[in-house]
Amino acid sequence: MTREVCSNIGLWLLFTLLIGNYVVDLEASHHVYKRLSQSTNTESPSVNQPYRTGFHFQPPKNWMNDPNGPMIYKGIYHLFYQWNPKGAVWGNIVWAHSTSTDLVNWEPHPPAIFPSAPFDINGCWSGSVTILPNGKPVILYTGIDPKNQQVQNIAEPKNLSDPYLREWTKSTLNPLMAPDAINGINASSFRDPTTAWLGQDKKWRVIIGSKIHRRGLAITYTSKDFLKWEKSPEPLHYDDGSGMWECPDFFPVTRFGSKGVETSSFGEPNEILKHVFKISLDDTKHDYYTIGTYDRMKDKFVPDSGFKMDATAPRYDYGKYYASKTFYDSAKNRRILWGWTNESSSVEDDVEKGWSGIQTIPRKIWLDRSGKQLIQWPVREVERLRTKEVKNLRNKVLKSGSRLEVYGVTASQADVEVLFKVRDLEKADVIDPSWTDPQLICSQMNVSAKSSFGPFGLMVLASKNLEEYTSVYFRIFKARQNSSKFVVLMCSDQSRSSLEEDNDKTTYGAFVDINPYKPIPLRALIDHSVVESFGGNGRACITSRVYPKLAIGKSSHLFAFNYGSQNVDVLNLNAWSMNSAQIS
Amino acid sequence: MKLIVMVMTMMMISEGSMIDQTCKQTPDFKLCVSLLNSDPRGSSADTSGLALILIDKIKVLATKTLTEINGLYKKRPELKQALDQCSRRYKTILNADVPEAIEAISKGVPKFGEDGVMDAGVEASACEEGFQGKSPLTSLTKSMQNISSVTRAVVRMLL
Repeated sequence: MTREVCSNIGLWLLFTLLIGNYVVDLEASHHVYKRLSQSTNTESPSVNQPYRTGFHFQPPKNWMNDPNGPMIYKGIYHLFYQWNPKGAVWGNIVWAHSTSTDLVNWEPHPPAIFPSAPFDINGCWSGSVTILPNGKPVILYTGIDPKNQQVQNIAEPKNLSDPYLREWTKSTLNPLMAPDAINGINASSFRDPTTAWLGQDKKWRVIIGSKIHRRGLAITYTSKDFLKWEKSPEPLHYDDGSGMWECPDFFPVTRFGSKGVETSSFGEPNEILKHVFKISLDDTKHDYYTIGTYDRMKDKFVPDSGFKMDATAPRYDYGKYYASKTFYDSAKNRRILWGWTNESSSVEDDVEKGWSGIQTIPRKIWLDRSGKQLIQWPVREVERLRTKEVKNLRNKVLKSGSRLEVYGVTASQADVEVLFKVRDLEKADVIDPSWTDPQLICSQMNVSAKSSFGPFGLMVLASKNLEEYTSVYFRIFKARQNSSKFVVLMCSDQSRSSLEEDNDKTTYGAFVDINPYKPIPLRALIDHSVVESFGGNGRACITSRVYPKLAIGKSSHLFAFNYGSQNVDVLNLNAWSMNSAQIS
Repeated sequence: MKLIVMVMTMMMISEGSMIDQTCKQTPDFKLCVSLLNSDPRGSSADTSGLALILIDKIKVLATKTLTEINGLYKKRPELKQALDQCSRRYKTILNADVPEAIEAISKGVPKFGEDGVMDAGVEASACEEGFQGKSPLTSLTKSMQNISSVTRAVVRMLL
């Protein structure tokens, strides 16, 4: 190298060192917080961090939960998130903030919203962004007031010419919506305002999650000017018995095709719209959605037949997934879903490693042709992280009882897509009619339980001799004895994922609505301590967290396997090592 | 006079029955009742208040167990490694789980209270396992596991 190149590199290194130092200082000196009662782990996480992700969003340290106010503004994607500046458990929550141009690489900014006034002095909880007709984004969020009551506040950008929208100001009119003796709203169950939408009458509507005893409900508020809000006499939707409705989301989807629809849209001429209503259930810690229609006259959501907004509704994800929220990406005309995945380790482990909580890879979401479920697929941008190290296998037979190692890939940070094919489906076992809970079936039949078809799938984050592995696999059953209908089950089994005893190693399961006569696809995004699995091209999604002690880094292996009694064909298997992203 | 006695008796019965009603829905009725009755706030507390009392009991038990652990270093020096692990785990209960649960329940987001309370049981179990069958803390571990599961049941009533 020439002397000139060397000194340029040297100068560049010095420059980045100074910038890095400056950014860290800025973050540390910016805020003074009143509450100091929590474990103040302000040191950087220790050097040995086998579980931090390579390409899943997470802050450098401490606790993160709900994604907040996702949006795109002037070509820049924003993600805010619930963050504890003081430790690795929930508490002292503020809105942390990062931006991106590609939903994969992120640049951190100072927290955007933090306690500063009576209407949020005890906490700045979840909320959403609404883009006003003039293009300005505003945030509605839940604040905790001096009496520990939940109220709704507005914040807007201080400086619209800052492309990163780093600073936000709060109206002196806050709180805009609050529980009182007249409206009878439960002051400890009133939170998570959604993106608002415009009605035909030019009035805004927004919904806020709540409950009255065991009735979960979405309280509707309307407004002409986005500042003065009136509670509607009736909620947009409710359900008796489901308990508190957290993080509601309400948005239109196009009946046919996969493009997104803006939240206030009435649809194009000749376009049929359906609406999706979604909640996070406190009771079960899962996210559920229903498909239906929006009665604009009565301001009511009407679920389609077969859907009930309770724990029987379909889930976005059948693993660890909560507090999810969508936004309309106007740049690429798609609707994108963010979801929070917490840890499956003990709190002591989290305190030791200095962090807790990740976001899943953002997913494009659209209505299936059948109109009966949503399809999700990781945004295409994540595929840019795929390196040229591709392991490709074609037309291999996975004999009964066999395993095939996939070499040449960084098995702890990979993207795998595999297409299976089964033959002689008349040999499938009949499913026990009492087996209606897929998670229960997966929990009770581990990989050593042999079906005619299955278990077959992948073993990920596996140690060389399989002391540790996480298996993601299918089983295929006949619906009834002489039936031509089949049931496809997908499992994510963490029971052997780690030699460590005190992790949560719950097994997850889901039915996949696909025709097993056709090839059966499976995709897995593997990232050190998270596995996101997609069955049937996004018809069933399962996210899990694992913490192997052996299958770490270079000692991590990837296998395709078939422990069923029938052979299974691997039509195609692609495995890419994934580059790391700049995740925070 | 009779009316006053009747009203007072009814008040006493109905006060007792809030604790009774609550504790019936937990895995250990007797333990629950004895913990709540032993606190002066118990008789007039709502469900949140009862949960906070139980979390306080977790705090007290964790502190007591830490004291016991500290004492064991001298008496049982061969157990140092397991004791170190346990010390970290009980400190986590005191410094992370308990404050998280108190803030969460006070502010109306009980699910994080449930997380904290459940973890107290997890940490106690993990500590116990570190002794590989020869634990000097077994009775304290069991107490924490029991209180944790009773408290969790009460917190879940707030969800």
